[in-house]
Amino acid sequence: MAGSTLASATVSAAAPRPRIGPWQEAWRRFRKHRLAVISTGVLGALILAVVIGPLVWTLPIDEIDFSAQLQGPSWAHPLGTDDLGQDLLARILYGGRISLAVGFAAMAVAIFVGVLVGAIAGMAGGAVDAALMWLTDLFLSLPQLPLLLLIIYLFRDTLTALVGLELGVFIMVVAVIGGFRWMPAARLVRAQFLSLREKEFVEAARALGASRPRLVLRHILPNALGPVIVAASIDVAAAIIAESTLSFLGLGFPPDVPTWGRLLFDAKDNLDFAPHWALFPGAAIFLTVLSINYIGDGLRDALDPRRIISA
Amino acid sequence: MLQYLARRLIIAIPSLLGISVILFTVLALAPGDPFEELATNPAIPPDVRAHLRASLGLDDPVYLRYFSWLSAMLRGDWGYSFVSRIPVDQLILQRLPTTIAVIGLSQVLALAIAMPVGVYAATRPYSVFDQVANTLAFIGFSLPTFFTGLLLIMLFSIQLDWLPFVFRTSIEATGWMWWWEMFRQSIMPIAVLGLFQGAAWTRFVRSAVLDVIRLDYVTTARSKGLPESRITMRHVVRNAMIPVVTLVALQMPVVFSGAIVTEQIFRVPGIGSLLITAILSNDTPVIMAVTFVFSALVIFFNLLADVLYGWLDPRISYR
Repeated sequence: MAGSTLASATVSAAAPRPRIGPWQEAWRRFRKHRLAVISTGVLGALILAVVIGPLVWTLPIDEIDFSAQLQGPSWAHPLGTDDLGQDLLARILYGGRISLAVGFAAMAVAIFVGVLVGAIAGMAGGAVDAALMWLTDLFLSLPQLPLLLLIIYLFRDTLTALVGLELGVFIMVVAVIGGFRWMPAARLVRAQFLSLREKEFVEAARALGASRPRLVLRHILPNALGPVIVAASIDVAAAIIAESTLSFLGLGFPPDVPTWGRLLFDAKDNLDFAPHWALFPGAAIFLTVLSINYIGDGLRDALDPRRIISA
Repeated sequence: MLQYLARRLIIAIPSLLGISVILFTVLALAPGDPFEELATNPAIPPDVRAHLRASLGLDDPVYLRYFSWLSAMLRGDWGYSFVSRIPVDQLILQRLPTTIAVIGLSQVLALAIAMPVGVYAATRPYSVFDQVANTLAFIGFSLPTFFTGLLLIMLFSIQLDWLPFVFRTSIEATGWMWWWEMFRQSIMPIAVLGLFQGAAWTRFVRSAVLDVIRLDYVTTARSKGLPESRITMRHVVRNAMIPVVTLVALQMPVVFSGAIVTEQIFRVPGIGSLLITAILSNDTPVIMAVTFVFSALVIFFNLLADVLYGWLDPRISYR
């Protein structure tokens, strides 16, 4: 301890520079990626819009008005109306809540399972490791969308009866999308664990008598988080696309819940006289996914120490 | 090489079995009776129903049911569609060539975009071309296939009226006209899938080439005085392809998801749209079979990737 204090004192005497922690360093690198910073702003605005938007724009999502069918954008309906005269802005704001909530919740499931599997495989080694990695590879070669459709087809009714329609579908969609997205995180975490557990600082902690859970949680896992955070950002985008795909195929949330994919599903037969109906929700999905992908790219720059960015 | 191939084939079998176990578990865990339609038909008296259930093996323990299901699948006895009353394997065989053609051609398109663009961008990193290509690639794989499909329909079918947006199986024309019509109606489904994959692959190719191009043996080749084009084609690209092949194989499930969506948008009569129709009409045998076929296709493409891998990197096949 004394040695390190002394060393830092000499360093600060030689070159008066504020001490930079790993997170500040990451933030410094992230800021360099201009598009990632802009995307953070765009995503923040989108999240803000869907969270407080419905409180400001109070038109109901399901008010049927046959005098205003399939209208283009106007002052009364900034994004136009659908075939029942329902306000599209209100529906898109409401749908965004679901799409984003599914995206983040499914990411949380995927990362939780992935970190768990990867950590167990990386720490245990041997037969456990081999079995878990075989399972991971098996899941990687499963055709995800057909299985997603199959599971939703088979289990929808029971879960709906158990916890109600919307919540039931939400839980199922999140669990299933997350359940098919954990493999990349598991592989990353395992690879990190394999190299980290042999490092000197882990050995030192072990020599000091740290228990196994403490080794994993305090010493190894925090150092393995960088690639996991990058994978997590990509998972959010993938989960949003997966949910929208389900809804677009007419098999996700019930028809009266206007998720972004569902709006596109409803709009696709009216493309010739109401293009705005498809364009706005599609643009919402695109903008969300694009900004998340750019944030992921920025995070990769920020959190991968091997990556050298030109100053 | 042959030995390597045989080893890969043997490794693929447990994967296929694993997938069949997962599929069957999902079906067995599912509440209710998936074959309800047959067994609870009110026109069938109770004793006949019991007999039917027994003959279908529905009352057996779960592992026996799995083995009888598996052996039936292996024997090619895939059951009958509840809806159209024709054997499931015939139904799938009718539809499979279309799906394979759409997927195959779109992958060719994706490669035709990704290879030149990715390699060119990587040989000139951070140039204007690289930045434009990078931005377009980001946009390309952030656009979900279902939205690209709708956008293409809006532009080419509705605004410009150049291309039909519904895929027809029966085209009246013959000879060259038939090919022309077929070409016109296939452009959009293939482009939707191909552009999406092409965008993702461009980034894979670019980063793989960038990794290789800095290596010492490339400098050696250059100092020997080899022309730059030869260095890129012979020395860099072949080695850069090794990680790309792995990534492409890992992407296959995504490709199939895209194919299902695309077939649904353009009403292409492939197994993807068959799956959606079957789900909407509760046609369990067809759903199970199509899902199994998709799994088998993924395994097949992984195998193909392994073979390519062994060819690209001879060190692997000798291990």
